[in-house]
Amino acid sequence: MSTGSLKRIVFVVCAWPTVWLVGRGLVGALGANPIEEITHDTGIWTLRLLLATLAIAPLGYLTTWHRLMPARRMVGLFAFFYGCLHFTTYVVLDWFFDVEAIVEDVVERPYITAGFTAFVLLIPLAVTSTRAMVRRVGRRRWQLLHRLVYASATAGAAHFIWQAKADLRRPGLYAGVLAILLAIRLWRRYGPARSAHSRA
Amino acid sequence: MLIRRRAEIASSEITDEQVYLNRRQFIRGAAGAAVGVATGGFALGGGGVALAEGQDAIPNVTPGPFGTDETQNSFDDVTSYNNYYEFGLDKRDPSRNAHTLTTEPWTIKVDGEVAKPAGYHLEDLLEGVTLEERVYRLRCVEAWSMVVPWVGFPLSTLINRFEPTGGARFVEFTTVMRPSEMPGVRRPVLDWPYVEGLRMDEAMHPLTILVVGLYGKTLLNQNGAPIRLMMPWKYGFKSAKSIVRMRFTREQPRTAWNKSAPQEYGFYANVNPTVNHPRWSQASERRIGRFFRQDTSMFNGYGDQVASLYDGMDLRRFY
Repeated sequence: MSTGSLKRIVFVVCAWPTVWLVGRGLVGALGANPIEEITHDTGIWTLRLLLATLAIAPLGYLTTWHRLMPARRMVGLFAFFYGCLHFTTYVVLDWFFDVEAIVEDVVERPYITAGFTAFVLLIPLAVTSTRAMVRRVGRRRWQLLHRLVYASATAGAAHFIWQAKADLRRPGLYAGVLAILLAIRLWRRYGPARSAHSRA
Repeated sequence: MLIRRRAEIASSEITDEQVYLNRRQFIRGAAGAAVGVATGGFALGGGGVALAEGQDAIPNVTPGPFGTDETQNSFDDVTSYNNYYEFGLDKRDPSRNAHTLTTEPWTIKVDGEVAKPAGYHLEDLLEGVTLEERVYRLRCVEAWSMVVPWVGFPLSTLINRFEPTGGARFVEFTTVMRPSEMPGVRRPVLDWPYVEGLRMDEAMHPLTILVVGLYGKTLLNQNGAPIRLMMPWKYGFKSAKSIVRMRFTREQPRTAWNKSAPQEYGFYANVNPTVNHPRWSQASERRIGRFFRQDTSMFNGYGDQVASLYDGMDLRRFY
């Protein structure tokens, strides 16, 4: 399969949740509280695609299957896209621009603070995602900047855990996957087996 | 106990009798196939709402006091958007899973500080009880709300029959726990069985009802069949569902959510827009079916009836 076809498949997979959500909305299948449903759906897809972005490189060096690397930027941008939908849903549908209430939320409630942080940290990454920007920022600094994705994903996982009422299994699962993805990186960087190939 | 009855019910809130009768007729006529029409959008909803095969219209329901004339939420909303963790954590889970619960026969164990402790059969308890329609606002601690036409009767009617002793200061309510019929209790999300409680004066208050139906029909399992509580001035989680035990106690009962997260869920759990939940504001709420949030009222708008129960109490401390 060519890189082009693979990217097209990844595009369709990433866009599908939006199509599905809009479709359910159009036929009135979002349940009694559609705003809550949209909020949960866009939020979970943001986190899923962030984790997917973070899984592509480890998949490469653990299995030597690097074919997804060219699609990584797109997956990351889709994560940002769902983050934007999630944030917009919160600001427009949930609070309808009630700035006072939103500021109170962000300042006083840790899970909102975490979610807001996760979103804000993604903005510079999305802005610098083009090739021209990579050149402009400089490869080395660009890579440093893009380590913010670890902070964003961590804040996102915390956001998911702290909003849970009683059952932490699902948020725990996401946090666990993130922990593994981060641990693989740390191991590769600082683990006993570090050698020439791991410096890349 | 002194109950202030000032402004008990505004004349504007009394449903016009003709409208009321028409609705009765409509509900009778609607039993069965027409339910699909009444619940609109159900076919598209695809939520698998267990629509009441053999769910009966309840005869001889009389209009009750304290009603509101606000727009009622649809039967579909009320029966498909539920918090009943014994059947799953998603709002739609109870409507999908609760059909497995057997509600006949049903016995309620009454014990503790009462002169007549016993296991009472539900049909015996309902014998001679006048069922009323009570259209109440329901405010969930999660900041959403509904308006529901419940069918029930004052809890005080039963309590008087059990003859509580002088030592009865609280009533504790226990929800049924059957792992074989309730998939949610197989996991320790809460300390099962679900336990709730009221102070005696709250339990005896005329707003406090036991509910056996809604929209003129017998209660569906996802709404707490066959019998549940409803205290409209408290957050919804106080209103225990599918009750199998009422225990009269001297000590304040240890309730399920309070045990799970005491800093988030108090024993009283009165609707109070000035005391926020640690993780969300209680100042406003979303009425299901509406786009814009609305301000939340103290005691969910039932202050004239219940505020005196809490005279002199610091409601920031006793939240």
